[in-house]
Amino acid sequence: MSQAAVAKRAADPRHGEVVLSARNVVKTYGGVHALKGVNFDIRRGSVTTLFGENGAGKSTLMKILSGVTTPTSGEIRLDGAPVSFASSTEARDQGISIIHQELSLAPNLSVRDNIFMGREIRTATGVDFAEEARQAKALMEELEEEIDPMTPVEDLRLGQQQIVEIARSLSVDARILIMDEPTSALSASEVEVLFKVIRDLTARGVAIVYISHHLEEALQITDHAVVLRDGNITATAEAKDIDLEWIVRNMVGENFDLGSPPTGYEFGATALAVENVSVHDAAGSGYDVVDRLSLDVKTGEIVCIYGLMGAGRTELLEAVAGRVPLANGRVVLHGEDVSKLSIAQRIAAGLVLVPEDRQRDGLVQTMTVGRNLSLASIEAFAKSLFLSRSREKALIDDSIRKVHVKTAGSEVPIGSLSGGNQQKVVIGKMLTTNPSVILLDEPSRGIDVGAKAEVFRLLSERARQGLAVIFSTSEVSECLSIAHRIVVMRRGRIVAQFGSNVSKEEIMAASGEAVVA
Amino acid sequence: MSNNSSALAAPASSKKAGGFDLAYLLLEGRAFFALIAIIVVFSFLSPNYFTVSNFLTMANHVAIFGLLAVGMLLVILNGGIDLSVGSTLGLAGVVAGALMQGVTIAPLGVVLYPPVWVVAVLACALGGLVGLLNGVLIARFKVPAFVATLGVMYMARGVALLMTNGLTYNNLGGRAELGNTGFDALGFDRLFGVPTGVVVLVVVAVIASLVLNRTAFGRWLYASGGNERAAELSGVPVKGVQISVYVISGICAAIAGLILSSQLTSAGPTAGTTYELTAIAAVVIGGAALTGGRGTIRGTMLGAFVIGFLSDGLVIIGISSYWQTVFTGAVIVLAVLLNAVQYRRRVKAPQPSAGSTPSLPNAGAKAAA
Repeated sequence: MSQAAVAKRAADPRHGEVVLSARNVVKTYGGVHALKGVNFDIRRGSVTTLFGENGAGKSTLMKILSGVTTPTSGEIRLDGAPVSFASSTEARDQGISIIHQELSLAPNLSVRDNIFMGREIRTATGVDFAEEARQAKALMEELEEEIDPMTPVEDLRLGQQQIVEIARSLSVDARILIMDEPTSALSASEVEVLFKVIRDLTARGVAIVYISHHLEEALQITDHAVVLRDGNITATAEAKDIDLEWIVRNMVGENFDLGSPPTGYEFGATALAVENVSVHDAAGSGYDVVDRLSLDVKTGEIVCIYGLMGAGRTELLEAVAGRVPLANGRVVLHGEDVSKLSIAQRIAAGLVLVPEDRQRDGLVQTMTVGRNLSLASIEAFAKSLFLSRSREKALIDDSIRKVHVKTAGSEVPIGSLSGGNQQKVVIGKMLTTNPSVILLDEPSRGIDVGAKAEVFRLLSERARQGLAVIFSTSEVSECLSIAHRIVVMRRGRIVAQFGSNVSKEEIMAASGEAVVA
Repeated sequence: MSNNSSALAAPASSKKAGGFDLAYLLLEGRAFFALIAIIVVFSFLSPNYFTVSNFLTMANHVAIFGLLAVGMLLVILNGGIDLSVGSTLGLAGVVAGALMQGVTIAPLGVVLYPPVWVVAVLACALGGLVGLLNGVLIARFKVPAFVATLGVMYMARGVALLMTNGLTYNNLGGRAELGNTGFDALGFDRLFGVPTGVVVLVVVAVIASLVLNRTAFGRWLYASGGNERAAELSGVPVKGVQISVYVISGICAAIAGLILSSQLTSAGPTAGTTYELTAIAAVVIGGAALTGGRGTIRGTMLGAFVIGFLSDGLVIIGISSYWQTVFTGAVIVLAVLLNAVQYRRRVKAPQPSAGSTPSLPNAGAKAAA
């Protein structure tokens, strides 16, 4: 925080005053109680972090506070007076702004147009594009991001898109800003910038609500910590009085860790060998996002690929799975060259991918939980021409049990599940095909610690049974969980390989990330 | 009836626990209730409406739109659109008409008169070919479905006009000594009193329903329409599915073309103009989403009957054809509005009560009308 900011904060007589609060808020969806009488305060000039597992009700509470939905009972008070918002626009007019976990940008429009979408600066003759561009540029400078306001959003990396989303909220002069997982797609340096922006905002008296699964990160920025579990607030504390262990204990109600590499067995033969693989940049820039990379994984082995955004992890995994063509090299599965096979043929051969973006690439939103789970293994329950309902049901039930999907049944829409459970469905879908090699691209993105631990436990069990696992991550602590071997990628190449006894600092140094002290 | 596809979660009898949710029932079964309302209203307005003969006549008309709508549903489930079906219908009719007049093989100096079943097969093959052209343009060359099928719509119509020089084949009866009689059967014969066209529609609809609900192809279609990228990564042959739906749509259009020219005892090059829009309307009234992934054969059949029974009813009570157009348009707009309401409800209120109903989807009983 700058000196001036500190001075301003100290001088603000209303600092710490409750501006927005929820009183006995209950929200039910059908028979499901998402919130069971929650009291929650947001204070002026402070960061209040809401911790909780997926499905704990965090997003529901934020949606209520920002006017996206209304509570079933209970009330919302703004500056002490009860309010009810008919829409998020109404809430925004009262100074409450929300940045959603799933980005809400128009990819075809420029950064400028996205920032001013719906609030264009009008003049008598139309829109003042020059002024919009100037303000957009100023916002980008404030966020220390070198993005030309005229760049179409679809040309930006996911992390940069997140920055644009943040810029949009800043531009409306919100006095209460809700950030739902703002850092999930940001690199370490981008997170630093965001934190600086947050500190500036609080110094100006803005109240911030912060939600993140990066607990360490959240702990750095927060003033007040509130823990939500199963629709109830289970703990509140000042940030200075708590530590990581306290948060985790209150979130899950028990001590746990992300696991350790499964031991007590020998790896088998090489299951997958990636040989000298290159992948051209999809945007046609002419350089290779994966550059003559070689990697292999043995039966029963778990390999973690660590790298910053843009290191080429996603492109590598998509190329191996057959989604993106290889520019060079080959992919060998159990001694057979599969480089020329289609995705379907690779799945049949035992090589599957769990994609990074489950909404875009993982799930069919119009189908039920069960049908999403069975989608990749239709052949397994097809009897000659027709599908066997009983066999499909057995397959789905088995899958739900094995990957521990919390669902009201296999016939509910996939959208009714929490993020972590949706991710389990995507993983379960691919595991149901009985693969011998599974690739997972950021399997923990946007899911809570509990679900994360479950996913890792599942993978390590399967590895013990002979599954070869490659997963990518941008969280160092995840590398140090179940992986036998950690591979660090940087600019399309492998720059370092470690055993499971490496330190966080070594991994981060190899990836080119500034070591956070 | 509820508009549930088995791709949608809500089980048919998904009532709120203990309560009878009338609004929900009306919304889910809107196409069915609309059909009932149409029949009741017109029966009051005209004594001729509620008669067996009138229903058979109307069903005969519905058969044409219904066949087009079945093909259109598959295309729309895939997230596409097929504007070429009306023209394909016309072209198939004209080709059938031409074949009935005999094919002159100049070098041999003979005229071949193919039997009617050969004519039918060739016309269907032609429809499939037009569909293949659509499918390849869309799946392989990434032409947007709207534009690709718009172009093919013009081309097919143009070819039909060229073939006949704008004239109509009026003699489709064939001659006994040439062994090519029987074309009239498609339009005029009855099976247990039901016109052939209606029988064909029922058969096609039942097959399509089975394909959608019981086969891997059906599952692939719902999946790739709902999220093509996710389907592809799950090993679904999305391109193959995409091409197939246009081929099927083309074949359905050709069958409709054969039946229509038989009903009219003539094959004209302008037959079926704007029928593609009626087919789309039937699919939409039936509750399918133009964004893909949602829709059922049963809904589409109800949609086809709503449109057919409404427009024939307006004719019977003597309302001007201009007003008929207005009414039909209003029904379509209303249907789209209700679709939007229905899908919004579904997003807002997921069905946590699914466990309370037996979870076997009732697709077996889902065969069309």
